[in-house]
Amino acid sequence: MYSKDGENYFIVDAHVALWDARPENQLNIHGKQFIDCFYDYHRNLSPESELWPYEDYLYYGGERLMKDLFVEGYVDHAIFQPARLGAFYRNGFGQTEESFALAQRHPDKLTYNHSWDPRYEQKGLDQLRRDAERFQLKGAKLYTAEWKGDSRGYKLDDPWTYRYLEACQELGINNIHIHKGPTIRPLDRDAFDVADVDKAATQFPEMNFVVEHCGLPRLEDFCWIATQEPNVHAGLAVAMPFIHSRPRYFAQIIGELLYWLDEDRIQFSSDYALWTPRWLIERFVDFRIPEDMTEYAPITTAQKKKILGLNAASMYGIEVPAGLGVDEPAVA
Amino acid sequence: MSVTSLEGSAREGSARAALDTVFDPELDEPITDLGFVRSVTVTPDGALTVRLRLPTSFCSPNFAYLMASDSKDALTALPWTRDVVVLLDDHHDSDLINRGLAADAGYRGTFGAEAEKDLEELRLTFRRKAHSAAMERALACLLRESPDLTEEDLHEVVLADLPDVTAAGALRRRRAALGLGVEPSDHVLVDDHGTRYPQGEIPLRLRFARAVRVSIDGNAHFCRGLLRTRYPRSGADQVPRAEEFAQFTAPQAQFTAPQKENVS
Repeated sequence: MYSKDGENYFIVDAHVALWDARPENQLNIHGKQFIDCFYDYHRNLSPESELWPYEDYLYYGGERLMKDLFVEGYVDHAIFQPARLGAFYRNGFGQTEESFALAQRHPDKLTYNHSWDPRYEQKGLDQLRRDAERFQLKGAKLYTAEWKGDSRGYKLDDPWTYRYLEACQELGINNIHIHKGPTIRPLDRDAFDVADVDKAATQFPEMNFVVEHCGLPRLEDFCWIATQEPNVHAGLAVAMPFIHSRPRYFAQIIGELLYWLDEDRIQFSSDYALWTPRWLIERFVDFRIPEDMTEYAPITTAQKKKILGLNAASMYGIEVPAGLGVDEPAVA
Repeated sequence: MSVTSLEGSAREGSARAALDTVFDPELDEPITDLGFVRSVTVTPDGALTVRLRLPTSFCSPNFAYLMASDSKDALTALPWTRDVVVLLDDHHDSDLINRGLAADAGYRGTFGAEAEKDLEELRLTFRRKAHSAAMERALACLLRESPDLTEEDLHEVVLADLPDVTAAGALRRRRAALGLGVEPSDHVLVDDHGTRYPQGEIPLRLRFARAVRVSIDGNAHFCRGLLRTRYPRSGADQVPRAEEFAQFTAPQAQFTAPQKENVS
């Protein structure tokens, strides 16, 4: 919980990771390139006081994660969204066993989401059923740009993806997070295209589709889709740190999201360990739309409470302590 | 000796001028302004080598290929060049792309089964986005200057009505790239095909064009910042983004510095 100026905020960090990018886990040069790219994001968008040494960034472990999120970071609940990246890392990038063990020790604080890849076809589908039972999954993270053999990615509306989504719906894995940020897919189609989310969201109206990185760098395409599909949500991973480096751009992102979606479909994420949540939460609570940006309405305290935690809590059925919700206006 | 070096210097200048015409399709800016040109080397016998660099190893290979092959085309078209080598550094597909460029293999020849089509459709998509963004910039500028004008009034606005600022010129260039009219009497607020929107749709269409503009501007800042993080001295090679000036300053004072932000 975070408190400021007499207001209390229940915080759900909807996108965190426990990764291992140490050289001994790197399978090839791409493993190094990938973590170096993450580290450049970290260096480019963090305040100087929040910069980590490169060695810490390669691997930080569960203890440090607990401290950064829950001791120093005001976070009440965090959700693992692992990227496997099996073509780059021997034992995967996101650490399944370590994350799940941590979540089992702290079930009140951590939710473990798992990843799947439709290109494993029937074998992967059988595995998904076993994983759903073992991990008690409520959600999944899809990294559609993942490499596999000669393939550099898949789409949400591919036939096998639909079969996996059908299985998810049946298994109660209703929250599908899709990485639609900087990707690595070299096909002639636009690598950042969010049109496949539109099709899947229409096909599975009972499920929630959280577009991570809110479609950046295709914010407008994402907004257009989310306006029409009520089950499409915006995850603020990667968008949040602009609050420091480019506050006016951050105002534009939040302003556009509030206009095209609404305050109930935007979720805070630190994308830990790309960034630590403490400073992001502090700055977001202090954040105001600049006065000269008259094209956007001011952002309210109630909207901030929903974005920082209540929206994701509602999606995941996380209990919000009494007094930390938002007073609903009386129905006229 | 001095004649050769003078000639070499002029040739390097002409090579850089040719690269000014190569745009990052996504950011709608010349690769020279973005700092993507790492070096230009001309030997006395006219062999030209250009090295390009990008903000991350994982920049989309289709865009990387587009910029590298457009560079090679622009340089090869210069009257004095014979051997043109374009090399993309530090990209996850550097080897593949550099081999493809050397062999003039084309996009499909370079990426094989991964590439189904040529890249013209993708290029058109981004020309359309660039046009939307430029249209919004020009109209936002007009609205700021004319407090009595409503959004609905924009239905009647023609190119001649736009204040004569950078934004209007930029819009004409984007229209020309799409094959849309650039006559003073041509209407400004049109769709990708040059068709006017119904008056009732104008606030929504303008709003969407703004989201496109926000998206492109944001990507440009992000990519520029990442390049500077990745290559510490590359900031010196970057030219400030032109539209920023129009966006953050009054029309009378276009050439003052844009509002400072906390860019790392």
